[in-house]
Amino acid sequence: MAPVAPRTGDAVFANVERVNAELFTLTYGAIVRQLLTDLEEVEEVNKQLDQMGYNIGIRLIDEFLAKSNVTRCVDFKETAEVIAKVGFKMFLGVTASVTNWDADGTSCSLVLEDNPLVDFVELPDTCQGLYYCNILSGVIRGALEMVSMKTEVTWIRDMLRGDDAYELRVKLLKQVPEEYPYKDDE
Amino acid sequence: MQFFGGTEIISPSPPTPSTSVNKANMMYIFNRSGVCLLYKEWNRPLKTLNAQQDHKLMFGLLFSLKSLTAKMDPVSVDKGNLGMPQLPGQGCSFHSFCTNTYKLSFMESPSGIKIILVTHPKMGDLRESLRYIYNLYVEFVVKNPLYSPGTPIRCDLFNTSLDQYVKSLVVA
Repeated sequence: MAPVAPRTGDAVFANVERVNAELFTLTYGAIVRQLLTDLEEVEEVNKQLDQMGYNIGIRLIDEFLAKSNVTRCVDFKETAEVIAKVGFKMFLGVTASVTNWDADGTSCSLVLEDNPLVDFVELPDTCQGLYYCNILSGVIRGALEMVSMKTEVTWIRDMLRGDDAYELRVKLLKQVPEEYPYKDDE
Repeated sequence: MQFFGGTEIISPSPPTPSTSVNKANMMYIFNRSGVCLLYKEWNRPLKTLNAQQDHKLMFGLLFSLKSLTAKMDPVSVDKGNLGMPQLPGQGCSFHSFCTNTYKLSFMESPSGIKIILVTHPKMGDLRESLRYIYNLYVEFVVKNPLYSPGTPIRCDLFNTSLDQYVKSLVVA
């Protein structure tokens, strides 16, 4: 039996159950709005969104692996491509491009031209420090941690703050090898 | 493949009434840190260890076997010493082994979820079936908001569909 071939983002996207894009956008907006009311500090909201994303990411990775049939990536470069082309497509319906690699291939930028989370959104003056899509960076961090890559994900450009695209910087901190989890003394 | 709604439970071949004997013996699911998320048994007349020791032994067997198979790999170049920690996805991976009394089929996802199914030795290739079980795990366990990752699985829906599916596996 031949191993199952990895599926493309489009193929997976076409086959999964989807929700209405506006409903999704508005629901996310409502969450951020509520967090702003509850936590008051913009900094706290950024943190909370990142944490929520992380919690999503550690579960989402299994769905991603199960549906896309991606088995393993040889290096971080391939990982970044897979996130941009398959991951983003599968869960958000858009693709990102991978650019700006540094010399040792441990950090890169994911650039999103189109971002379904931000339709209808305008940041008021009081929320200029808000990373509205901070949940995405959390998702990527959480998902990669589950495949043993410790990463740091930060926003470089944000259209809501007047830039021309969304740019996420993903930096690979270290890869954690698999170790025998039990102690020897038993 | 979609599993929403639970109506689309597919079995590769329907169970034949004549072979009503269950061909699966037991099953384990481990996560990346060696926690046994699920243990199920259908047919295991002989038990010599307590549950905890048994799980550890199984996990240890797989762990060692994996580093042995990677060490013996004739085609890959970068091999460390035997027992050296490997990055997930590094080295090769075995998918089953067979003895005269049982067959053990094994699948590991890159996220470290290990699914082990012990069956009758004449059972065919179960890689597809294990993938299917991984999909069940995603739909009924990972997506269950009441389930906290890293704890033993107590989802009825998962248990029943798993039970149903495993019972439908037949010796080809």
